Parts: sequence; C-alpha cells; structure tokens
Amino acid sequence: MLKMTHLSKVYRTEVVETYALRDFNINVNEGEFVAVTGPSGSGKTTFLTIAGLLETFTGGQYHLDGVEVSNLNDNERSRIRNEKIGFIFQAFNLIPDLNVFDNVEVPLRYRGMKAPERKQRIMDALERVGLASRAKHYPAELSGGQQQRVAIARALAGSPRLLLADEPTGNLDTQMARGVMELLEEIHREGATIVMVTHDPELAARAQRNVHIIDGQVVDLAEDPRFHHAVHSARANSPA
Amino acid sequence: MFAYYLQLGLRSLRKNPLLTLLMVLAIGCGVAASMTTYSVFRATSNNPIPQKSSQLYAPQIDNWGPDVSKDNKGEPPNAMTYTDVINLMRDKRAKRQTALYPTAMSIVPADASMLPFRETSYGWYADAFGMFDVPFLYGHGWSASEDDSHAAVAVIGKALNEKLFNGRNSVGQNVNLNGRDYRVVGVADKWNPEPVFYDVINTNGFDDPIQVFIPFTRAVELQTPTNGNNNCSHDPGKGWDSWIHSECVWVGFWAELPTKSEADAYHQYLNGYSAEQQRSGRFRWAPNTRLRNVTEWLEYQKVVPQEAKVSLLVSLGFLLICLVNTVGLLLAKFMRRSSEIGVRRALGATRQEIYIQFLIEAAAIGLAGGVLGLLLTGVGVMGVSLVFEPDIAKLATLDVSLVLLTMLVAILATVLAAFYPTWRAAQVQPAWQLKSN
Repeated sequence: MLKMTHLSKVYRTEVVETYALRDFNINVNEGEFVAVTGPSGSGKTTFLTIAGLLETFTGGQYHLDGVEVSNLNDNERSRIRNEKIGFIFQAFNLIPDLNVFDNVEVPLRYRGMKAPERKQRIMDALERVGLASRAKHYPAELSGGQQQRVAIARALAGSPRLLLADEPTGNLDTQMARGVMELLEEIHREGATIVMVTHDPELAARAQRNVHIIDGQVVDLAEDPRFHHAVHSARANSPA
Repeated sequence: MFAYYLQLGLRSLRKNPLLTLLMVLAIGCGVAASMTTYSVFRATSNNPIPQKSSQLYAPQIDNWGPDVSKDNKGEPPNAMTYTDVINLMRDKRAKRQTALYPTAMSIVPADASMLPFRETSYGWYADAFGMFDVPFLYGHGWSASEDDSHAAVAVIGKALNEKLFNGRNSVGQNVNLNGRDYRVVGVADKWNPEPVFYDVINTNGFDDPIQVFIPFTRAVELQTPTNGNNNCSHDPGKGWDSWIHSECVWVGFWAELPTKSEADAYHQYLNGYSAEQQRSGRFRWAPNTRLRNVTEWLEYQKVVPQEAKVSLLVSLGFLLICLVNTVGLLLAKFMRRSSEIGVRRALGATRQEIYIQFLIEAAAIGLAGGVLGLLLTGVGVMGVSLVFEPDIAKLATLDVSLVLLTMLVAILATVLAAFYPTWRAAQVQPAWQLKSN
C-alpha cells in the first residue's frame, strides 16, 4: 500500500541543510495498522505529511498503492489525497465556520459527488462515529472527543484506502482517547490500512506493528531496549 | 461547485461584517466616483455618427489671412463665408455637400388656441438629410430642385409634429414659419446626435433636438438672420447684401467623401480654390485650408470639456486607491484563513480550486460594492450639475448601459484586486499549516 525507499527530506536555508528524513525505508501492507513512534523532532510528522502527499520529498522513491508519486503534479496529488487518503489530525482541524455536516462534506465536494450520495455518505459516517444527532452543530459546540470523531467521520466519508492519523488522541483526555482508539481499531478491522503517529506507547502497543523513527530514520525496535520495554509494559497493561 | 463557493464566500463575508463593510464601501465609493464622471465623459466624447464619422468632412478656408490666423495657431476660421459656401456648393466636388446655419423661427400654430412660439431651425441643403442619416417618420427630405427653386418646404421634427398635428402624418400640410406657410415634406423621427457634430460652433456640441429644417437657399432669400455666431475681421457694412458678401464667417459646411482618395482630392480642390481666390485678388496669401472628419473636428473643437477629462482621471485614480486598499483587506482576510486552506488542500482541493473559491468570494464582495456603487452613482449623476454646465450635466444619465457597466466594473475590479491575495491563499502549504496547529 505504502512503500518508501531510500527517501530523504532536506530543508535548506542559505546557510544550513537539515535532514528531516534520511535514507528512510518503510513498507506498509494493505490492511495493516502501523504505529509510528519516536521522540519529538525525529521526523514522524514529516513522514506522515509526505505519506499523505501534503509535502514533496528530496530524494528516493515513494510508491502509494503501486503509483510512484514523485512526478505527480498538484492536481494529481490532490486527486489521490481526495480519493485514497483520509487524514486525522491531533488538532482535529475542523473548519469552524462549517457545521458538522458541512465539515464532513468537504472532501466529497472536491470529488464532485452528487448531493444525494454525499448526504448518504455523510450520515453513514456520522452514524458510525455516533454523532448523527449533532450534524447541525458547529465544532465550537462539541467536546474535544466529539470533534475528533467528526474528523474521523470526515476521513471515513470518502472511503479512503489509507488512513493517516497524527497523534489522534494527543489533545484528548484518557477516556476520550480510549473511545477514539477503539473507533480506529474498529475501522481497521473493517479492512482499512492505518498509519498512526503517536508518542503514546500504550496506543502504539494496540497497533499491529510499530515503526520507530529516530533522527529521520527507521530504527529496529530491538536496538532500542527502552522503547521495547515500554511497548512490552503497555501491551501487558492493555485492557484488550 | 460555483454555488458551493458562493455559499462559502457569503458565509465568510457575514462572519466579518466590519471588514466586509470596509471593502464594500471602498469599492462602492471608487466605482461610483469613476462611473459618475464617466457618464459625463461618455456623453461628451460620444461618436455621434459612427457609421459615417470617417466620411463626413468639415472644410476650412482661410479667408482672413495670416495676420488674423496667427492668433489661432495658423488655423483658418471655424466657419465659412457665404461667398465660399456658395462656390463650394456650385462646384459639387463631393459625393454630397451642404451649407448650413441656424435661425430662430416663430411658429404660428393653425390651432388658434395655441400661442406662437419660437424654435431653433436650420437652413441647409437637400443632401444634408442623406449625409447625416436623418431618420424619417413620414415623408422624406426635399429635393435638389427645391433647393434651386428656393421652395417653401420644410421638414419638421417628431416633437413639433406631435405639438402641431397630434402626431399624425403631416406631410402635405402647411406650417407657418415667420409668418409664411411652408409645405411639410417630411417628419423626422427623433434625431439628436450628441455631440451635435454638424454645428458644434453654435451649440458647444449639445442642444435640444432641432425641430425645423428649411432650404438654405430659401432662408437666405428671405434674409433670415443667423441665430448663431457671426465673426467678422472687418466691418461688413450695412444691409443684408453687403453682409452676406462680406468676409464675415457664419456658415457651416459639410462634405461627404466616402474614401480617403476622395478626401485627398477634395483637400486639393480646396487648395486650388484658395489659389484661385488668391489669383483673383480676394486672398493676399497662400492657400491655408483644412479638412477634418467628424472625429477630428470634434477633437479640434474640444467638445469634450477639459474638466470632464480631468475629473475622470482623478476619479479613476481614486478607484485605484480604493482597489489597493481592497487588496490589503482581502489579503488580511484570506491569510487569516490559512488553516482552513490547509485543511481543504489536505482533503483534496487543488490550488486551482482554492483560487476559484476565493475569487468567487471576491466577486461577491464586488457585487455588493457594485450595488452600493450604483446607488452612489445615481446620487452622483444627480449632482453633476454642481460641477458641470447645465447643458453638459443634463447629458449624464444612469441608463441601462451605465448600470451594467457599474456592476461589471465593480466585479471585475474586485476580482482583479483579488488576484494577488487569492494567489497567496492558493500557495498555502498544507503541511506547514497542519503541522503548526
């Protein structure tokens, strides 16, 4: 589904070059639930934005669903984002001027979908996250957990094949975080491929596979006993 | 998607009413100022006879000599002597030609209950009707033979026909002008070229529609004095005959010359005529003639008032300042929505779609500015008389074309002003916006 080979991302200024990703290799198979962990500044979010075609990369190769994306133009990248990728952000990133229904509708509008189909998909997605009754509410009228559920509904409405989540529970309390996580697991069980960036070892433990990034490179978890231990402990304490 | 973008735009405008009001005010005031002054400029700079403006020529012959013409940058007088126009009419070197001059006629209605009244009239030749494309409601102009026979015939205007004959076909009826009966041969439909190109000297370019036309030859025979300018370089002496045979200039002249070669040939003819006058001892100077078509003639006569040009330029400058302010306000408005743009881009919007969304929002502001501009233009047009002469001011009207132009200018100007802010909005990098949240 997602394959990066020797990928690099360099931020250049007049005086300095900073490698956000260096010789970065990762392969996520269809239907996998992968947690990407690593310390702050390690390149997790950069990886996610490149994976989501929100940012270009400097070198290497990236195949998304079998398509090499480095030569795609803005329109092609936008179309792939719209049709194949769903995003869930830490800060929810709902549009405050739009109500819940209209927020979920945004990606469907860019797909040129007819109104009846849009409405059906929106209501299905909101039913799924348990917020159908809040369709006319505005984001400011919802709790953080509800806002994140709306964001998930927005990501699901377009039936993406790949779901990219950046610290999806980072702004939520424990109870809300657990609810969101259970929702993601349910979505995964239904066949979606999920790549989730997280700081939280407990959340990482609930993924099928963990990928650890340090200094812009994927490292073998076995070489990092501290993280290995944390994940092990988290799995032992997990209610599931 | 247009309806969706428009809906988003209106929602966004409602969200910041103060900012929206500022932009609408800026555009409305700028557009109103420029449209008000444009309404005056448009009326005064109008081509009154576009289908023929390059074929109708006003000749000038210097019959006063360099001592007088040097005061006018060497230009010959603006009008001609009776002697010259009669010679030009006799030679008939143009396809069609006419001499003309304005007179004031007392009209005595047949209906005894109506009081006599005065109308500005023109004495001209039969060719004039065809040359100037005068439209006819009934009948037609008189014939060349009626010119030659100084016939008592007249063409009257639609308004006069309404007044005297209740709008009925009055061809064949008599109309009493200065105490003499004239047979009506034609009723002209509404005809009021603006500017009045055929006699800008006596009208300053603008006048009410003329209601009476009689043969030039008849008017002269009856010694009907001119109601226009009469300029003399020397005392013409006493009496009608000495005046019309003097060097006083008071007659207008027009020649129809369909091609450039015909115009060139006619100019040569004018020079030849002047040389002949020099040889005969009437002119003691080399030929000094001009031949200007309608457009050149109106330009030469400065029919467009200088204040109309200046005020238009000033108001366009004002519109530009308003638009620069709008650019700043739009930029601030759009860039405040960077995070929304980032989200939309992440969810599949192309740069082009962002561009279109914000341009439509700008167009909605332009539309609102246009409506305000329209109201202010209406007020401005009513106040034009405070700045311009009454005969100019009355030309400024808020007609359908000005309404459409006002809306079009407001929308186009705002969309133009929005190009840079929308380009900046479309350049927002979604990754950076989403990371920074």
